[in-house]
Amino acid sequence: MKNDYALPEFVNGSSGDLAFTQRMAARTREFQARFVGDRVFYLSTLVFAVLVLALLIGIALALIYDSRPSIAKFGLGFFISTEWDPVNDEFGALPFIYGTLVSSAIALLIAVPLSLGVALCLSEMAPKWLSSKLGFLVELLAAIPSVIYGLWAVFVLGPWLRDHVMPPLAKYLGFLPFFQGPKLSVSLLTAGVILAIMVIPYISAVCTDVFRAVPDIQREAALALGATKWEMVRVAVMPYGFSGVVGAIIFGLGRALGETIAVAMVIGNRPEISASLFLPSSTLASAIANEFSEATSDLYLSALVELGLVLMIVGMILNVVARALVLGTTQRRFRSDFKPGPVKA
Amino acid sequence: MSQLLVVEGRNYYRKLKSEFVMAITVGATILTLIPLFLVLGYLLSKGATSVNLNFFIHMPKPVGQEGGGMANAIVGTLELVMIATLIGVPIGIGSGLYLSEFKTTKLAVAVRFAADVLTGVPSIVIGIFAYAILVRPLHGFSALSGGLALGMIMIPLITRNTEEMVALVPHELREAAYALGVTKWKTTLAVVTRTAMGGIATGIILAIARVAGETAPLLFTAFGNRFWSTSLFQPIASLPVQVYTYAISPFADWQRQAWAGALVLTTIVLALELGVRALARRH
Repeated sequence: MKNDYALPEFVNGSSGDLAFTQRMAARTREFQARFVGDRVFYLSTLVFAVLVLALLIGIALALIYDSRPSIAKFGLGFFISTEWDPVNDEFGALPFIYGTLVSSAIALLIAVPLSLGVALCLSEMAPKWLSSKLGFLVELLAAIPSVIYGLWAVFVLGPWLRDHVMPPLAKYLGFLPFFQGPKLSVSLLTAGVILAIMVIPYISAVCTDVFRAVPDIQREAALALGATKWEMVRVAVMPYGFSGVVGAIIFGLGRALGETIAVAMVIGNRPEISASLFLPSSTLASAIANEFSEATSDLYLSALVELGLVLMIVGMILNVVARALVLGTTQRRFRSDFKPGPVKA
Repeated sequence: MSQLLVVEGRNYYRKLKSEFVMAITVGATILTLIPLFLVLGYLLSKGATSVNLNFFIHMPKPVGQEGGGMANAIVGTLELVMIATLIGVPIGIGSGLYLSEFKTTKLAVAVRFAADVLTGVPSIVIGIFAYAILVRPLHGFSALSGGLALGMIMIPLITRNTEEMVALVPHELREAAYALGVTKWKTTLAVVTRTAMGGIATGIILAIARVAGETAPLLFTAFGNRFWSTSLFQPIASLPVQVYTYAISPFADWQRQAWAGALVLTTIVLALELGVRALARRH
């Protein structure tokens, strides 16, 4: 009885057994044929994977390429010039950067406390059945398309803010430059508030995940020391989840900066800087949305693309930082070397 | 005795403070949900009266004339979403499978990073990219470029979801297939992917729901069209862009139709979203 697996003999070809050699060759071919499929599978998924990578690189390159005329003409002055004058081909991005930063700041000022409240309510307060239902409703907020929020803000939120929020703000905080001057329904404030509504579901969802990732043993330790529920949250939950919460806020900031259509509908699109939040302004994204299809000169178009480039770079950086911070918290409990630090009261 | 009272009082104060803060969190949740109900309520009250058969089967009337519908925009949105799905689903699933099957290669790490970063890129930037690679070379706005823009938004969503869903399949299933002598690709497609099919399909439908409501990337790709068009190479109307244009228009009748269009769009998006969740819960 010949052993089929006596390979050295076969490889040397010294046995002189032709039938055996042929049999082995056939086996090898058959064996290899079985893996042709694997090869094809590997290569075809490889192509798709490379496409995803190429997409990101392609976007970056296309934006850099198309904004060259603007970069060449204005250089870094683009970011500090307040002149946005398509008629005379003068472009400076500062009004848009200002509008973007201020509207996002208003959004975060409103959204962060509310999101923390929602996240604490869902993770610490509500019983499980209610928590999942409430969480679902908050998620629905994120499902509603941006243009719907814009529509609602144009006809309902904006006028309401103008009639019922701006007057008291002007009355009691009117000594601040932010709350002076004429009150319009299309304004930085309206844009900030609608942005807040739109980013709350994102920030609160991440915060809820972060708080849920806090090991129960931390909570139990605090409770065993006699902490009340709030003290437990402050002593055990918040410090543990701190970097994750920061990540969630940065994530929300990225969302707010890039949000386009709802903002474009209510911010009034005025490329000027004014301290008052009651006046129209413009953001990077809303400027692109409003002016891109009407851009007449090449320089105009490339200035708008450069706004997009700024938006993309900032968005990318915020996204990466936020992800690192959040994953650092939510996956910490899976790390074997984790030792709880000293608890500060 | 008095000391005990002080302690009692202090404990009482701490409990009260705890209750108070926790009540605030409930208040925050309610406050957060108010806009949801307000938006949906306004959509229903302002849109429902204008959503009728005419709205679905008629074309927009010329400026100044009352009436008309959004038939072209509804069909346009369907066409755009279809193009997007044809582009986004194969690339998304293919790259997702690469990530899950060859997860430790250098390319996989890079692609995973790229997909994560892409989800953070504002959709309007994707629109600029579609403009650069398709609108300018073809010298005109087109349904194809709009669909491509939406498809590119879908890709990273589907990539990451597919990878996560495949990762949930127990390794024993894979081992069982290998033990029977099944090759890797057959195992991946017939055993692993098939097991994860529900989750992958859920991800696809959620991605569709997400892009169906996108407006920003369509503004300078699909552009919009007041006339009937299903051509890939002509500008095409879409519900979100139509709602946007009508909402910021000065005409009362257009604003009325914007609410109707918004109601239809929201219904489609939420129906996809809710339907998928209901299905996912059953499995």
